[in-house]
Amino acid sequence: MPKTDGTRYTFLFATAIAIVCALLIAVSAVGLRAQQEANALLYRQKNVLLAAGLAKPDEDLSEREILKRFDERIKVRLVDIKSGRFVPEDKQDARTYDQRKARNDPDQSRAAPPNPALVSRLPNYGAVYLVENAGKAEQVVLPIEGMGMWGTLYGFIAVDRDGNTVRGLTFYDQKETPGLGGEISNPRWQALWLGRKIYDASWEPALTVIKGNAGPPEQDPHRIDGLSGATITSNGVARMMKFWMAQDGWAPFLRRYREGTTG
Amino acid sequence: MSTSQALIGKRLRQTLVAPIVANNPIGVQVLGICSALAVTTRMDKALVMGVGVILVTAFANLAVSLVRNWTPNNIRIIVQLAVIATLVIMVDQVLKAYLYEISLELSVYIGLIITNCIVMGRAEGYAMQNPPLASFLDGIGNGLGYAIVLLLVAFVREFSGAGKVFGFTVLPLRNEGGWYEPNGLMLLAPSALFILALLVWLLRTLKPEGQEKD
Repeated sequence: MPKTDGTRYTFLFATAIAIVCALLIAVSAVGLRAQQEANALLYRQKNVLLAAGLAKPDEDLSEREILKRFDERIKVRLVDIKSGRFVPEDKQDARTYDQRKARNDPDQSRAAPPNPALVSRLPNYGAVYLVENAGKAEQVVLPIEGMGMWGTLYGFIAVDRDGNTVRGLTFYDQKETPGLGGEISNPRWQALWLGRKIYDASWEPALTVIKGNAGPPEQDPHRIDGLSGATITSNGVARMMKFWMAQDGWAPFLRRYREGTTG
Repeated sequence: MSTSQALIGKRLRQTLVAPIVANNPIGVQVLGICSALAVTTRMDKALVMGVGVILVTAFANLAVSLVRNWTPNNIRIIVQLAVIATLVIMVDQVLKAYLYEISLELSVYIGLIITNCIVMGRAEGYAMQNPPLASFLDGIGNGLGYAIVLLLVAFVREFSGAGKVFGFTVLPLRNEGGWYEPNGLMLLAPSALFILALLVWLLRTLKPEGQEKD
């Protein structure tokens, strides 16, 4: 039986255990990273399809099917967020562009103006997903993000050709409380957004989440039912909509999109 | 020789089997309740969580038991915690790589396996005193006991709350054109408390020696 109660021995043992544990974690994290990133990308593409209504929430899609639909129906383009114009396709490859990485790179982003959605940095370019049918623009899926209760919510909103009507909404990355704020991922709640209008008559962002129940889209075009028990998350969603649909967000692009002057 | 081997075999088998029903960690020892409330709305989630706990408990027991004679007594709890936390992170990483969509929903709870009383309890209460093989089996047994209760509770909740079993519709729901009006309470955490309490009641009625003296 080794003597195990000395201070020196205790420190040595603790160090050895720490090194072994750290090694194991590092090996598993590095070894599995490629697979995890591929999963995350595929899941993002699936969510673009979901937002655009090109996949149903209860559909069990294989990896091949997701890629096939994505390639067939969706064209990724980069947009200069400030001007709302397309970035020329030969300037940067849209398919490999990582907006979340670009946002954190000082050369590819700028500090966002103070905003209630707590978006701290804005990338110069945003990736938008154009859905076309027989060569004609049908709708566009835009990435959005903003602070929820426990962390940043990342999602997609699909906007009709008119640059105003919501065609779908998904959140692909969020850390809200399951069953409460986590319900923003519930397809039934996301379906409430369909047909609502982003802008009011003077093209100001009007889409918001209220406490209680909103009417059907025809009578109550700008409001969506809040989630019960999740006021902070609901407010977070309302604030991110207000930010991303306004001048600092996608408003310049959406204006050009509906006028057909995206360049 | 052969009788002694058979005896050891029997003891080891007992180590593995006892925690599944007779000494079930949730039903009899009432440990690990918190995660049992959270991950039992659907059977597929309960299954993944159960497998995660089986793996973590088994390998944590094995590792703790392997180093038990070299572990300084005054830092043993921290050593156990480091071992368990390492295993839990590895389970989470593997889930993210191979079961991505389930990991999105379970990640929060997988992290909580670290604080699952069953894992700590077995490492401190069993693996510190017993040889590696027995500890490993004890971990599998306790993990299995936990997983079975989780699946039972999840079955009741998913079946009556959503009309499904493992995601397959068994009772067509009224709002999807069927006839079954689901019991929404079953999808909320409190229902797991009722179901667990009924299970504990049942187990203790069947095995009165588990009851506390008044």
